[in-house]
Amino acid sequence: MLRMQPFETHYPTTIDEAVTHLENLQGKAKLCAGGTDLIPNLKHGLHEPQAVVHIGRIKDLVTLEETADAIEIGAGVTLHNIAHHPLVLKYVPGLATAADAVAGPQLRRMGTLGGNLCLDTRCLYYNQTYFWREALGFCLKKDGSVCHVVQGGKKCVAATSNDTATMLLCLDAEVEINDASGPRWIPLPDLYKSDGADNLTLLPTEILTKVRIPKAKKNVARKEGFAKLRHRKSIDYPMLSVGVRIDLKDDKTIESAALIVNALAAKPRAIKLAPFFGKILDDEVINDIAALAQKRCRPLTNICDDPDWRKEMVSVFVKRAIANACGTHR
Amino acid sequence: MTVFIPKKVNFLAHGTTVPNPLEQNQDTHHSIGTRSRKVDGAAKATGETLYADDISLPGMLHCKIKRSIRPHARIVSINTKPAEDMEGVHAVMVGDELPTKYGIIPWTQDETPLAVGRVRHVGEGVAAVAAIDEETAIRAIRAIEVTYEDLPPILSCEEAKVTGDTPETKVNDKAKRGNITKRVDLAFGDTDDAIKNSDVVVDGQFYFCGTTHAAIEPHCAIGHMDARGLLTVISATQVPHYLHRDLAWVLKIPANRIRVIQPAVGGAFGGKSEPFDLEFVVAYLSMKCGRPVKCLYEREEVFYAHRGRHPMEMAMKLGASTDGTLKGLRSEIDIDGGAYASFGLITAYYAGQLLTGPVGYETYHFTATRYYTNKPACGPKRGHGSVQPRFAFEILLDMMAEKLNMDPFELRQKNFVGHFNETVNGQQMGTLGLEKVLQSVRTASQWDQHQKTKQRGRGLGVATSMYISGTNYPIYPNQMPQSGVQVQLDRSGRATIFSGASDIGQGSDSVLATIVCEELGTELGDVQVVSSDTDLTPVDLGAYSSRVTLMMGHAAQEACRSLRKQIQEAVFNFWQDDEVAQTVLTEGFVPKDVLLAGAKAFYRYDTQLQMPLAKAFQLAEAENGTLGATGGYRTQMRGGDYRGGTIGSSPAYSCTAHLADVSVDEETGQITVHKIWCAHDCGKALNPVLVEGQIEGSTYMGAAEVALEEMHYGPNDVRHGMLVGPSLLDYRIPTTLDTPAIEALIVEEPDPNGPYGAKEAGEGPLHSSIPAVANAIYDAVGIRLTRLPFSPQKVLAALREQRQAAAGANGQTQPHSAPPPSTNTTVEAETTS
Repeated sequence: MLRMQPFETHYPTTIDEAVTHLENLQGKAKLCAGGTDLIPNLKHGLHEPQAVVHIGRIKDLVTLEETADAIEIGAGVTLHNIAHHPLVLKYVPGLATAADAVAGPQLRRMGTLGGNLCLDTRCLYYNQTYFWREALGFCLKKDGSVCHVVQGGKKCVAATSNDTATMLLCLDAEVEINDASGPRWIPLPDLYKSDGADNLTLLPTEILTKVRIPKAKKNVARKEGFAKLRHRKSIDYPMLSVGVRIDLKDDKTIESAALIVNALAAKPRAIKLAPFFGKILDDEVINDIAALAQKRCRPLTNICDDPDWRKEMVSVFVKRAIANACGTHR
Repeated sequence: MTVFIPKKVNFLAHGTTVPNPLEQNQDTHHSIGTRSRKVDGAAKATGETLYADDISLPGMLHCKIKRSIRPHARIVSINTKPAEDMEGVHAVMVGDELPTKYGIIPWTQDETPLAVGRVRHVGEGVAAVAAIDEETAIRAIRAIEVTYEDLPPILSCEEAKVTGDTPETKVNDKAKRGNITKRVDLAFGDTDDAIKNSDVVVDGQFYFCGTTHAAIEPHCAIGHMDARGLLTVISATQVPHYLHRDLAWVLKIPANRIRVIQPAVGGAFGGKSEPFDLEFVVAYLSMKCGRPVKCLYEREEVFYAHRGRHPMEMAMKLGASTDGTLKGLRSEIDIDGGAYASFGLITAYYAGQLLTGPVGYETYHFTATRYYTNKPACGPKRGHGSVQPRFAFEILLDMMAEKLNMDPFELRQKNFVGHFNETVNGQQMGTLGLEKVLQSVRTASQWDQHQKTKQRGRGLGVATSMYISGTNYPIYPNQMPQSGVQVQLDRSGRATIFSGASDIGQGSDSVLATIVCEELGTELGDVQVVSSDTDLTPVDLGAYSSRVTLMMGHAAQEACRSLRKQIQEAVFNFWQDDEVAQTVLTEGFVPKDVLLAGAKAFYRYDTQLQMPLAKAFQLAEAENGTLGATGGYRTQMRGGDYRGGTIGSSPAYSCTAHLADVSVDEETGQITVHKIWCAHDCGKALNPVLVEGQIEGSTYMGAAEVALEEMHYGPNDVRHGMLVGPSLLDYRIPTTLDTPAIEALIVEEPDPNGPYGAKEAGEGPLHSSIPAVANAIYDAVGIRLTRLPFSPQKVLAALREQRQAAAGANGQTQPHSAPPPSTNTTVEAETTS
């Protein structure tokens, strides 16, 4: 069977201890919480760490609590627990839906929120064994210099596939980053950059420890919706992941809204909906939003080999996400 | 082309039945037909079962095989020294060390364990090492340096047709002409004339993509040349006997110095039905270094071993008269075989020979050509060779029914070949429960109700098929039984049955135990089954062609019945002399009046007179000596009287109908199969639980091939010959959520050639599930999909075409919601967020 190359392991029980390990190992370590992304990647030889720092025993990472104006979720909370937690279901139901759409039941019980947000980007030509990548010719994300998606491409176009990010970006979430100097908060969009080979701004000495999602304003009706395109109804990574948040005034007028289309490229794509603010959310507006999103997205052959179909699906899935948000989906 | 004149076939008129000789004389059974658990079920559920990879021998080394990264190339040199010098490496081998060609079909021996001089597909074995552990073995094979000189890769039938006569473009030397493995051209009557004179003709161009078995257990083998000089190979195989023969042939060791053991197998489906590189390699490496050697495939290697379903490009034309009588079928098939022949000779025949029932036609002409290409070799996957043409033919029948404005059930019944009749290509049918299977799915699915209430988007479709229960002719010509068993009885009342048959999960061990219980009166827990070990068990040719239940069943019956006679006579003699028994026994008491059931021996007419079975065994042993008996099954030589006429001839044929309930998402193009009803005529269900399991598994496997599964090879220059995503993430077998509800409906038309009337149930119930879904899609949205897999893209394209055609018919341009396909292939910089 596929084997991992040997590495040393560390089992810190506090965030400080974990940060110290990262500091000492200076980029030669990989973090492991649930391991559902890391272990297959290690078996494929995509990472060759000197050490794996297991953060699954850190109690401070598995908190989930309500504050006056936000919900705060520890990075180590499993996707299964998020999908079923009363606070999440009450204040951020869209996140529960997104978390429940990740992979399959067994993986959701191991995989964590932090792990999902920090998921390595994926590509048909990258997430394969060493043998296969060698036979094809190593690519620029690992061991090589060519891109098999874009001929002559010099920049990696591997795609994100983190369904929870899709939703959290709509909800103006912030994330807490810890390093030797202590914790700091950054807006979630600042976590991502558009380089498939390295799409996180997180440094090798840093850990994402917490996610904060502000509650909706009192005077609006918040609608959250999520839709995911995949071949199978379970296990598969998204070919398209759409999240929408619409805050309605008087139950019909859009006060503010956010739309994220993910799984297309290295960075989740935000579709600016400001032109629709103040409009009434009706079929015409929904169609316009869907058309705008489709116009703005250009899928590549990075995770599935029919970009035309994926592009066509953008408008379909934006409409489905909105329908899910409004509870009108069939 | 050779034309044969078919005998006049009398198709039975709708509703006619032929009396079945078995029906009048149905034995009552106490064990056969009972719903019981598999004898190995509890051990598998609790994890007790040992599969090949669970077995570890003292001092065992681990083997890895270095594989080709080129689709087609000459091997210029192999430098194994860096591996040999590595600490922990005990033996290294290359292809040249085992140059003898072998192959499952004696006429097409065209492969070697590891490549000799030339590689023919990505993933072909080139060299191998045995090392102290897998990690070391992996490092060692990476250190081996292979220099290749690339040759033009031949990756499709189209390419194979125009190449092959130069050394550079001939994929396999075994091809006599070009890159052709085998061409079959058989005609029965004047089909062209029959179609020309038909009132209604339908035709189509169909494509069945390649698919693989995806058994959960990867191939695994252990070789051990022991201190006595005996070579033992333990392997996850479904053909221990052929492996035994080929090990002797390739390794040049007499077969009487080789033992092959097949432990529990975690699924095979045809993917383990011939020898593979690892079995020779572990044996040879063990001979080299004197220690046991194990090799366990990675999942990716299973994809390269392949032997899965052949891609077929099929052109078919079917003619009928206005009353629905099918006049003729013309079929032309190109088969993409991959780099080696495997079972390909048979595949080319099966592509035509197994299509002539249960629905028949008056004339038939088929051409099937299998080509060598630079891809992993295709072979037999559940429903070998006949699933693809069945897909095409059953869609044609649906088209024909529509054109004739005829009920698709009625069209099939009208052209039923009949019980105990002969097909257009000379195959002799036994029972065929076509009428019952059709009626069964029609009723269960409420088909007639649906016809009145149907709405666009959701539809039902029906299809039928038949399949063989083993082949009359063994793979290598010989006069010996195809299956043998030996039964031994213990004084305690236990029975042990030794059989070469391979239980690959289908339940042959359980069938054996059930037959022993039926014949000798033991209870299931008192039967020990010892199977598939060439040192311990008589030969059975293997688990393929759906042959096991029928052939092994007969052999078991024969062995058990000779023992039963001894036991009945011993009890008879005992009661004859027993005073108490005398008071019960009536005039004319004969040994057959002694019944064996429920671990007891009874007197037929007064069951108060009884004794424990153990005592009966003891009486028999005292009278006859040690209790043991053997049984064997030989086939009758049947089939068409022409070259190739024996291929497809079987002792008995099963019959299946599928009915699928499907909806189509017209926005995404995704298909949902809600439910499939499958009625299968298995002759007699020896254990209904096992038959239902086979029906469900087969139907699932077929449904999986509709939209999700495909052996997809890289389409452009960069990815030449690369299987895209050789993993269970990218090769998508359906999850529980993608699996339709399946209703298994057992139909029994006992066949005189089957044990207790039994026919096969393991492969037939796959065939028509695929065209049933295709026909249901047509019923739902009116698009006729003919090229598998039915991807969302193909569905949307067909829907678009339908709209355009409708708009054209209305003389206006159709507003089109979908945008034109993007032609932009440059990267879009992610500048905004």
